Amino acid sequence: MELVLVVLIGILYATGIFLILRRSMVKLLLGIALLGNGTNILIFLLGNIVKGSPPIIGENVNILREIYADPVPQALILTAIVISFGLTAFAIVLLHRVYAFLDSDDLDDLNTPDEDI
Amino acid sequence: MIDNHILATVLIQLFTAILQLVFWQKTLTQRILSVLGSTLAVCFSIELFSKVFTGETLVMNAAGWQAPFGIVFVADLFSSTLVVLTSLAGLAISLFSCVGISKPRLDYGYFPVFHFLIMGLTGAFLTGDIFNLYVWFEVIIIASFVLMTLGGRKTQLEGSVKYMALNILASTFFLTGIALLYGLTGTLNMADLAVKIREIDNPYLIEFAAIFFLLGFGTKSAIFPLYYWLPSSYHTPPSAVAATFGGLLTKVGVYAMFRVFTLIIPPSQFMQNILLFLAALTVLTGIFGMVNKRNIRKLFSYLIICHIGFMIGGLALFTKTAFLGGITYLIHDIIVKTNLFLVAGLMSFMRGSANYDNLGGLYKDYPKISLIIAVVLFSLVGVPPLSGFWPKIYLFGASLDANAYLFFCALILGSFFTLSVVIKLWSEAFWKEPKNREKLVDKFTVLPSKKKVFLILPIGLLAGISLMIGLNIEFVIQVADRISDELLDSSSYIQTVLK
Repeated sequence: MELVLVVLIGILYATGIFLILRRSMVKLLLGIALLGNGTNILIFLLGNIVKGSPPIIGENVNILREIYADPVPQALILTAIVISFGLTAFAIVLLHRVYAFLDSDDLDDLNTPDEDI
Repeated sequence: MIDNHILATVLIQLFTAILQLVFWQKTLTQRILSVLGSTLAVCFSIELFSKVFTGETLVMNAAGWQAPFGIVFVADLFSSTLVVLTSLAGLAISLFSCVGISKPRLDYGYFPVFHFLIMGLTGAFLTGDIFNLYVWFEVIIIASFVLMTLGGRKTQLEGSVKYMALNILASTFFLTGIALLYGLTGTLNMADLAVKIREIDNPYLIEFAAIFFLLGFGTKSAIFPLYYWLPSSYHTPPSAVAATFGGLLTKVGVYAMFRVFTLIIPPSQFMQNILLFLAALTVLTGIFGMVNKRNIRKLFSYLIICHIGFMIGGLALFTKTAFLGGITYLIHDIIVKTNLFLVAGLMSFMRGSANYDNLGGLYKDYPKISLIIAVVLFSLVGVPPLSGFWPKIYLFGASLDANAYLFFCALILGSFFTLSVVIKLWSEAFWKEPKNREKLVDKFTVLPSKKKVFLILPIGLLAGISLMIGLNIEFVIQVADRISDELLDSSSYIQTVLK
């Protein structure tokens, strides 16, 4: 399971960075989204994946004795997903507005000449 | 010491913003609320500062969860000093915005978003939890996106795309760094991280995480080679917005670097060398950028980059004297950079443009206002006894002690070229006779005198603070001295949080 996730994270980071380096605005957006997902899975992976042992303390004991699944990474990922959802929504609207102005998807066209150097 | 009043300044900004949302499109009420809220925030932040300065570091456990399990808010001297400066800059910008921001922008929620932004900044300074710091950073960037695009002019939108893409990317890197740290230590509390990370045997893993933090914070604070978004976006929004960004947003990146690289990541020669090299190059790129600019707002954008290098250099040298210089510079820089962009706004009000070709004759028309602006420019350059002078002495001394000659040369060049561009600015904008006097659009003279006050008062206020910092430097050095001690020896911070 870990190995699959490691490969998946690698693919997501690589494709994300590749897309960000392209000139198209839509690909930039997709790249950012993929990178964000790669990071989320990275948090999930680094929080030690344990199957079938919830972090619940038994009736007669005071502390967790067995290996348990860490709930914190899931809380972190949930927060990160919500945040990246908001940012992506904003980014889509922004890029749409820019597209309406420029009539172009090319990032190199984003240079309306200013009055000076 | 546990004290739940730490969050007062954050909550004031939050409630101000919410109240303003209730009064949607009632711009007069929003303006009054904004100034009131900002004034209140200044009072509470000064109270917090005096409590921390005379007493000890204050801690608040969110919802009563003991550290390291819950989120903690920590007000040590560094945090509370920055909260005071942020609130002061916020008050000045909110006064300026009452007149300086056009009516349509105010109608579409400029003020609430501005207060959310200041809330994010104060929260980021006060938090003691690294994931919470990430969340505050997101609050800051989403608010700054709205402020940057509000108005929707073409250049503004183009600047925003670059700003948006690189800031989201920086946050992703920051989050990756947090993930690595969590994987290594299993905790997110900064004090707990500081303890646990020193038990790890493998320094390369920590340095790997440190590189991600450097990428994340470096992009936010615009160091070389991650600064490209700043000069291509900061000249596009209205001046009051640019003042918030220029004075405060890059500084929160510097603050985060100071915090993470002293408290959490153990100092290593590798990171210090990288930081020092980058600091010198940041100063130099700032210089290359600013010497040929004829638009004062672009010029100021590069000045920000140049001076970020000074502070990062202070961090990189990692000695007491260097920290003293870096932190005093940070204190001075927040006030001066905010003021510079407000001055740029005032000048474009007076002449209809921020370009040298249209500026000129300001000294002849407005001698008294020019005098205030002169104080700002002098303290930027660092003419003794104004505020920019003192930190540079410490930085010079520290870099000579550490034999960091590249950074030393960069410092000298940086100071010299700051002087040269300011002289050029003065002669072009204030002394030169404007080319076509009859074509000038002076929107300032026609304003009623009540509105003029709102444009000049904040500049005067911040210039006064710069003057105070310079004349009262003993106190500032004393504060910076204690901050440097706290940064170099974090054991008291850790004990206070984890007890």
